[in-house]
Amino acid sequence: MEAENLVAETARRILADVADPQSANRAKDDAWKAPAWAALEGAGLALAWVPEALGGAGAELADGFAVLREAGRSASALPLAETVLAGWLLSKAGIASPRGALTCGPARDGERVTMSGDGTVSGSLRAIPFAKGATHLALLAERQERQDGGLAIALLDASQAHIGDGTSIGGDPQNWVSFKAARPAVVKDAPAGIDGQALMLMGATARAMQMAGALEAVLELAVHYANERVAFERPIAKFQAVQHNLARLAGETAAAVAAAGSAADTIAHAATFDEAVLLEAAAAKIRVGEAAGEGAAIAHQVFGAIGFTQEHTLHRFTRRLWAWRDDFGNESAWAVKLGNLVAAKGADGLWPMLAAR
Amino acid sequence: MATELTFDAIRLPSECEALRKDVRAFIAKEIDAGSLDPHGGGIDGAYSADFSRKVGAKGWIGMTWPKMYGGHERSFLERYVVTEEFRVANAPVRLHFVADRQSGPVILRYGSERIKADILPRICRGEVCFAIGMSEPNSGSDLFAARTKATRTKGGWLVNGTKIWTSNAHQAHYLIGLFRTSSPSKENRRHGLTQFVVDMKTPGITVNPVYQMTGAHDFNEVVFEDAFMPDDHVLGEVDGAWKQATSELAYERSGPERFLETFYVLTELVRVLGQRPDTRGAEGIGRLVAQVHTLRRMSVSVAGMLHAGKEPVVEAAIVKDVGTIWEQKLPHKARDLAAFVAPQSANRATFEERLNYAVMIAPKLTIQGGTTEILRGIIARGLGLR
Repeated sequence: MEAENLVAETARRILADVADPQSANRAKDDAWKAPAWAALEGAGLALAWVPEALGGAGAELADGFAVLREAGRSASALPLAETVLAGWLLSKAGIASPRGALTCGPARDGERVTMSGDGTVSGSLRAIPFAKGATHLALLAERQERQDGGLAIALLDASQAHIGDGTSIGGDPQNWVSFKAARPAVVKDAPAGIDGQALMLMGATARAMQMAGALEAVLELAVHYANERVAFERPIAKFQAVQHNLARLAGETAAAVAAAGSAADTIAHAATFDEAVLLEAAAAKIRVGEAAGEGAAIAHQVFGAIGFTQEHTLHRFTRRLWAWRDDFGNESAWAVKLGNLVAAKGADGLWPMLAAR
Repeated sequence: MATELTFDAIRLPSECEALRKDVRAFIAKEIDAGSLDPHGGGIDGAYSADFSRKVGAKGWIGMTWPKMYGGHERSFLERYVVTEEFRVANAPVRLHFVADRQSGPVILRYGSERIKADILPRICRGEVCFAIGMSEPNSGSDLFAARTKATRTKGGWLVNGTKIWTSNAHQAHYLIGLFRTSSPSKENRRHGLTQFVVDMKTPGITVNPVYQMTGAHDFNEVVFEDAFMPDDHVLGEVDGAWKQATSELAYERSGPERFLETFYVLTELVRVLGQRPDTRGAEGIGRLVAQVHTLRRMSVSVAGMLHAGKEPVVEAAIVKDVGTIWEQKLPHKARDLAAFVAPQSANRATFEERLNYAVMIAPKLTIQGGTTEILRGIIARGLGLR
């Protein structure tokens, strides 16, 4: 699949060049990030989903998702997914994306941004990925003066918000973002069909693709290590217990690749964020999140103590796998939504719903 | 080494949806007629000569085979739709299922012209039941330890020995048997086994029942005492059966029957928890649905690769490994999730009856057709670990 996708192939090459996990892990500071980000921006990857008329690359949704799988594969500590998503959200309202790193919100269940009649926005968002370092925030805001639940998309300069410190379990910025009566640089109405759930579905699928990519990388690392590492006078790959653990890791990786890929494909071909998208994206975030947990545990078991060190690259992947599970709805939150949908349709609606995909 | 696993997002093509409607209409008619009970009886696919004949008349057996042998030259993906709809509806497909999935394709590829012309059209008409004679009392997962012997005689072979755990043998018209025709060679312990089409009416064959822990009769012991096999009943190369096994296994391992065998438990769980489940129930259903949806995506993806002429052996083994573990755990998870359903609530009796059955049959799911351990060995080999 990768070989056929030129955009993903480009992303893979650039990421290997500027954000190789081994070099990033050895780096003493963050100096590598600025040139790496410039390379991604220069190649049009950061604004993949923004139409050319609005300053982006105008890539297909499918291509953008494939790029995010590559980003996961390199566990890059760069706000690529966040910027891609923010650019997409802004473009839905016809707002051009500024240059630089962006992020978007709300990104967790139960959080909201409100907009008062004077066009200012207020909100307190608990855990926005890569808010620190972003030049702007793309926000989906509920217009308070409107009874019809009208939504607006706002571009807010990051200097207008208080952005807390803090990092995710993956070591990347994850910040408490609060703003009160802040005036956005641009505000436009959200088009029909672009709502909080749509943003969560896009974000969930983006994270699922990143996790699938990271699991692919983890499988490759673990298989390579098992063939190299000698114990009891033979490579540990020769022990059946290790083989079976790695076979399970392959199974979890396969499930992640299939679920995330199917959700991305569904969104790429969907006219609206309908029930099919809900099933696919929710299922992907749930199943890939489960695979992330299982897969990370197996990989650490295969690597033993060396995998638990700062020096080894494994943690760059596993820590992000753990972190990404929580963004844009964790497994439990999506499972409750999906379970309620299935229950409401009734027992005899379940199989037709699955078979329709 | 191939750690790159391919599971592209394959969708069933539009001709499949028309077919799916036909199959569902057929099933609905059979339910009305009382010949198919979606909620009970022989839960894992009963044996019905009448039903199989009707399915044959519909053109839904041997769907992918050449027309000259009674087949219908339709796509592998269309066959997939028929298989999954029948599986979920608990259709009584036992008579023709193994012949359609496994035995027919082997005969098509390796059978003599006479055997193909004789047997394949009858399979397609839904008249012929096949059993698989591989395991022996001292040879299960380790197929190449088989000792049942076929020795040369005039115009054919004489078979002596015993096969065991042979599903359907008591109802089967034919069996595909794996017999030892030479000793294993020093260089290759897999050498020396040959596949035969065995007519179950052959004198010298005795079938003895081995009742299962559920009380059902599915397993058998099949005893061969100087049973004569004509030469043209040999499938493929004498002594070379080991070369013939691998590609069929991808078909056998990745189908929808590899994760849907206890699906009825999930359906009944949704029914018993009702339209407004509590948070725990909703989360439980949501996770199970996400898992089975993912399995179906994986399985359809492998079907798409088979359709495209590829041989995704590792991917197929992964589908069966992950799929059978899931269908095995499902009844236990459903039991937990339904623990607080009020005793007097509607649907509870049906749920419990089906749950109990599924709990009982669950252990076999990770054993039949290649154990978890064998599958993980295949996956490990594919990953380049052995």
